[in-house]
Amino acid sequence: MADGNQNANVVIERLRAWSPDAISEILEFRGETTVVVPRNLLRDAAFHCRDDKALQFNLLSDATCLDRYPLEPRFEVHYQLVSIPNRKRVSLKVRLSGDDPVIDSLVPVWPGANWLEREIFDLFGIRFTDHPDLRRILLPEDWEGSPLRKDYPVEGYRDIPSIATRYTRNRP
Amino acid sequence: MSTFATPVAAKPKTMVLNMGPQHPSTHGVLRILLELDGENVVKAVPDMGYLHTGIEKSCEDKTYSQAITLTDRIDYLNPLGNNLAYCMAVEKLLGLEIPKRAQYIRVLLVELQRISSHLVWLGTHAIDLGAMSVFLYCFREREEILKIFELVAGQRMMTSYIRIGGLALEPPAGWLQRVEKFVNMMPGRIDEYEELLTGNRIWIGRTKDVGYISGEDAIALSMTGPTLRAAGIAFDNRKVFPYSSYEEFEFDVPTRTDSDCFARYMIRVAEMRESLKIVRQAMKKITPEGPFRTEAPGIIPPAREKMKTEMEALIYHFKIFTEGFSPPPGEAFAAVESPRGELGVFVASDGSPKPLRVHFRAPSFINLQALPKLVEGRLLADVIACIGTIDIVLGEVDR
Repeated sequence: MADGNQNANVVIERLRAWSPDAISEILEFRGETTVVVPRNLLRDAAFHCRDDKALQFNLLSDATCLDRYPLEPRFEVHYQLVSIPNRKRVSLKVRLSGDDPVIDSLVPVWPGANWLEREIFDLFGIRFTDHPDLRRILLPEDWEGSPLRKDYPVEGYRDIPSIATRYTRNRP
Repeated sequence: MSTFATPVAAKPKTMVLNMGPQHPSTHGVLRILLELDGENVVKAVPDMGYLHTGIEKSCEDKTYSQAITLTDRIDYLNPLGNNLAYCMAVEKLLGLEIPKRAQYIRVLLVELQRISSHLVWLGTHAIDLGAMSVFLYCFREREEILKIFELVAGQRMMTSYIRIGGLALEPPAGWLQRVEKFVNMMPGRIDEYEELLTGNRIWIGRTKDVGYISGEDAIALSMTGPTLRAAGIAFDNRKVFPYSSYEEFEFDVPTRTDSDCFARYMIRVAEMRESLKIVRQAMKKITPEGPFRTEAPGIIPPAREKMKTEMEALIYHFKIFTEGFSPPPGEAFAAVESPRGELGVFVASDGSPKPLRVHFRAPSFINLQALPKLVEGRLLADVIACIGTIDIVLGEVDR
């Protein structure tokens, strides 16, 4: 997108004007700008992106996570925001360490974040504070581990008995 | 997926009904826990994951090109759209430019795919609401589209035809005549469906004023696609963030303001007509001769003749199919307008031949989130109409 940079400049400008600490890093790649936000300021920054008259990012398009294990901080949570009135996109990113993968939920800002955050919780084991309904969404409730983490093998743990065998064994 | 959930009714008057996972109107394996007061829905809790196959994890263990075959299987009614979204994300990582001719062929095929997806939606939605014959008519026309795909890609459904850098192979001679035949036949067929449904009193009774959601709520719940446009918000990625040369095509984005099941039906019918317009324009733009994929040594497989005559081309061919290619480290997000809404693909590279992370922003998954909002306070029979008009594909919901 040709106006990608200019668009990100507005975001950077408005967020810096709101708080000098709001942006910890700006990443440029292939004309796309990702704004890295410190973890403790994420929800306020998100409110700002949504409500600022110059930004109006009213649609949360996507939220996802990636695991850079064994590097630290290993987790990165990405948010893709869309402004329907301004026809703009921007992506926010928060870095999380493996010892303390907790982040503020964005459900108060965009109710649509609900299932997206549940999915990240389900597959990466990242906790979202103040999430109204933080349960597994795709995997069974008694699943162990977080399959999309890099230290989880692609073929799964073969030596763990399946749910079916566990239940037949425990039956009196 | 709550395997052991034993729901308890909150009030003594209400009962809990377990709709699904095996229910014909859920179009797959979706389970909805409904709390009913008589016939009125008090609470609805969708429960999914029955089709979860870990496609995103599998992609991390494949090379960039191999992962294309997995994308077909996410939204099995829109495989070409999924291919396109994934390839666009990887092309963004690589910084590749795609030849115009390949872009137009992509647009043509994706629009045909949109028509076929809407046809499946219309047929199955009508059958859910008791109109049997529409289903047969819709599948008759869908068959024609699938035959075109078979002609072009060699596969009816899991085409894997759109590849990184362009297309898998040159479309066969005379394929545009087949498309033209279809495009000339289709408008009359859409009129036929409309004659059967649009003025039908039972159809109107089942869909009008059912499943209302306001525009603000739809945006807040991250809904996209026909459901959002039926609520009066003209958000279409093809217009707002044009990709694959969509800015060169003339088409309208149909919107309505009544935002009920009937409006969503009207939007999809209008979208089929718009897609036919785009297909017609694309047919004029596609030149008979020209490249069908870009040239990038070491990334895109060389042409067959080159591979047989040039040493470097042979080496590249061997390396691409054994080891793959390594995009520079970085992250890319590409979004297309799938028949169901915004289909986004997030690809992260760490500089190795396999992706660090592939994530699909599945429109069905996110639109389904609004189901409780649509059905709570309404009758049980309306749940079926609402699931239908959200147009979910469970393969995409669960991935």
